[in-house]
Amino acid sequence: MLDSVQTKERVEEILTAHIALEGALLPILHAVQAEFGHVPQEALPIIAKALNISRAEAHGVMTFYHDFREKPAGAHVVKLCRAEACQAVGADRVAAHAKKALGIDWHETTLDGKVTLEPIFCLGLCACGPAAIIDGKLFGRVDEAKLTQIIGGLK
Amino acid sequence: MKIFLPLDSAAIALGADEIALALQAQAKAKGIDLDLVRNGSRGMVWLEPMAEVQTPAGRMAFGPMDLADVPALFGDLAAHPKALGLTDDLPWMAAQTRLTFARVGVIDPLSLADYRAQGGLTGLARALEMDAPALVAEVTASGLRGRGGAGFPTGIKWKTVSEAQADRKYIVCNADEGDSATFADRMLMEGDPFTLIEGMIIAGLATGATKGFVYIRSEYPIAIHVMQQATLIARAVGLLGPMVMGKGPAFDLEIRVGAGAYVCGEETSLLNSLEGKRGVVRAKPPLPALEGFMGKPTVVNNVISLASIPVIFEKGAEHYKNFGLGRSRGTIPLQIAGNARFGGLYEVAFGLSLGEIVDKIAGGTASGRPVKAVQVGGPLGAYFPRALFDTPFGYEEFAGKDGLIGHAGLTIFDDSADMLAQARFAMEFCAIESCGKCTPCRIGAVRGVETVDRIARGDASAIPLLTDLCNTMKSGSLCALGGFTPYPVMSALTHFPDDFSRTKEAAE
Ligand SMILES: Cc1cc2nc3c(=O)[nH]c(=O)nc-3n(C[C@H](O)[C@H](O)[C@H](O)COP(=O)(O)O)c2cc1C
Ligand code: FES
Repeated sequence: MLDSVQTKERVEEILTAHIALEGALLPILHAVQAEFGHVPQEALPIIAKALNISRAEAHGVMTFYHDFREKPAGAHVVKLCRAEACQAVGADRVAAHAKKALGIDWHETTLDGKVTLEPIFCLGLCACGPAAIIDGKLFGRVDEAKLTQIIGGLK
Repeated sequence: MKIFLPLDSAAIALGADEIALALQAQAKAKGIDLDLVRNGSRGMVWLEPMAEVQTPAGRMAFGPMDLADVPALFGDLAAHPKALGLTDDLPWMAAQTRLTFARVGVIDPLSLADYRAQGGLTGLARALEMDAPALVAEVTASGLRGRGGAGFPTGIKWKTVSEAQADRKYIVCNADEGDSATFADRMLMEGDPFTLIEGMIIAGLATGATKGFVYIRSEYPIAIHVMQQATLIARAVGLLGPMVMGKGPAFDLEIRVGAGAYVCGEETSLLNSLEGKRGVVRAKPPLPALEGFMGKPTVVNNVISLASIPVIFEKGAEHYKNFGLGRSRGTIPLQIAGNARFGGLYEVAFGLSLGEIVDKIAGGTASGRPVKAVQVGGPLGAYFPRALFDTPFGYEEFAGKDGLIGHAGLTIFDDSADMLAQARFAMEFCAIESCGKCTPCRIGAVRGVETVDRIARGDASAIPLLTDLCNTMKSGSLCALGGFTPYPVMSALTHFPDDFSRTKEAAE
């Protein structure tokens, strides 16, 4: 964990790298999240000040988008596609299996902090669904057995 | 020895990276000098990961590859258990008209030399000899209409931006591709990124725009990576920069990443997002063509619209226009998804009937059960029953059947599908993804879920309520998210009434 001074320093560095972009806020939020795994509370006022917008505005933007997290996720993030083409090949069944196996619902993290489960709406893998993206790695034709195997392999 | 193995997301999701490692290890063990090219996908997703070996007769295809199939690729190819024959002779490939996707799967996506060798930059070279009105006229003459869904004539949009007076203009490529069942934008960006860049440069020449953005959804990590690399390469050789190809005006490009909001595919919401704001929809007018990014004249076009520009300039507007049906000119990359026996990307002239696509090209369902419904055009598109399979694939033809072709994605469902559940999902999705600006969409979708649930509990009196609600959403929503959600809902209700007439007993 970084302390808040280090956090501020890293955010300042990210700001310096992105501030000249036209419409820099999303690239900045992405970079901050890539660095910290979420957008830390103390980052928002610094970002808002640098972009000359209100803190409420920065917060409003951040919360509008599904991708940005206010709190850290579990050690692993399992995102399962819930959209139609994956439904047509059993995505609902696989999702129910995941919830049961992990003992959590969408947007929750297992008690040991290991796995966060999230829905995603289409990964462009619609001809080889059910699709998943787990810690940034893509998976196609994910059935119950394959999911059990993947989850079992998460450290 | 030269082997092609896709870096396409679908191939990777099915194990291509592991196959690539095994190929390299095997080649090393055998002392073979292996040239492994990570290409785009040919679009036959059911055969991925599909390897191709360069032979004197042409490229031979093998798939779907398992790790166990790797060693035999270094032996007698004809005897390989996954041998499919010459790629170009496979029926799926041979019957297509590949204009926009001509190079996808053929070339190394990041090799400009490959790109040029296969006709790349020919269109741009011709465009550099033309003035802006002539460029716009060529696009108009091609009959190209927006492939993002709305089908607006691309030439007319460009003309508006071209004639607008401003100190800065922009080209924004909409690569948000949020519709389920669609992956053409992704495949094009992963498999032939320079085509998109070339199309955007020509758009810049035609309109006087000097800066472009590609807004790619965050769900596409590989497409983002390939586009970023391609942009760097294009800049390094002077294709992008202060003087296009050492000849033209300035044009440069930035790759931007979305953040998981479906509505940001809507062009005005996308512009807000690019500007660093909440992705709420803007009221139109003003049109983005006049007041778009940062209030400046802006072309917003889909990936496939822009990626079709180079071939139009390479082969001429006439050539492109001669394909198609009625007012739907040129080719369309069909994306066959869901429960399809043969799923993937199939580029063909407009005009095939839905039945030909579903029964012949897709080969029916993967499960082997009867096809019950096909959703055409993504989450805002209608569910088509077999009774409407004679509908020809074209903008007006689908609109005439209370549907839309959208971005040309088709999701096939077998007879285990519950159309009431699909209608409920359409409302739920709209509720999750609504930008919140207008009430019919924000509140209507929540009421929609509740109303479908009442029907599911056997309350038939809720059916007229659902119809009314759909009418309100259709006429009162600010954009097509709320405005078109009634398409899947009403088509499910109209064509599959049995799924909505549950007796109380059965439901409880
Ligand atoms: C809710 C919603 C989502 C949309 N998503 C996309 C998208 O992901 N990609 C796209 O190109 N167009 C999308 N559109 C259509 C765009 O608003 C716009 O019409 C299109 O980008 C224009 O480009 P074109 O003329 O080349 O099709 C969407 C529209 C709506 C209402
Ligand atoms: S619908 Fe699941 S990946 Fe597209």
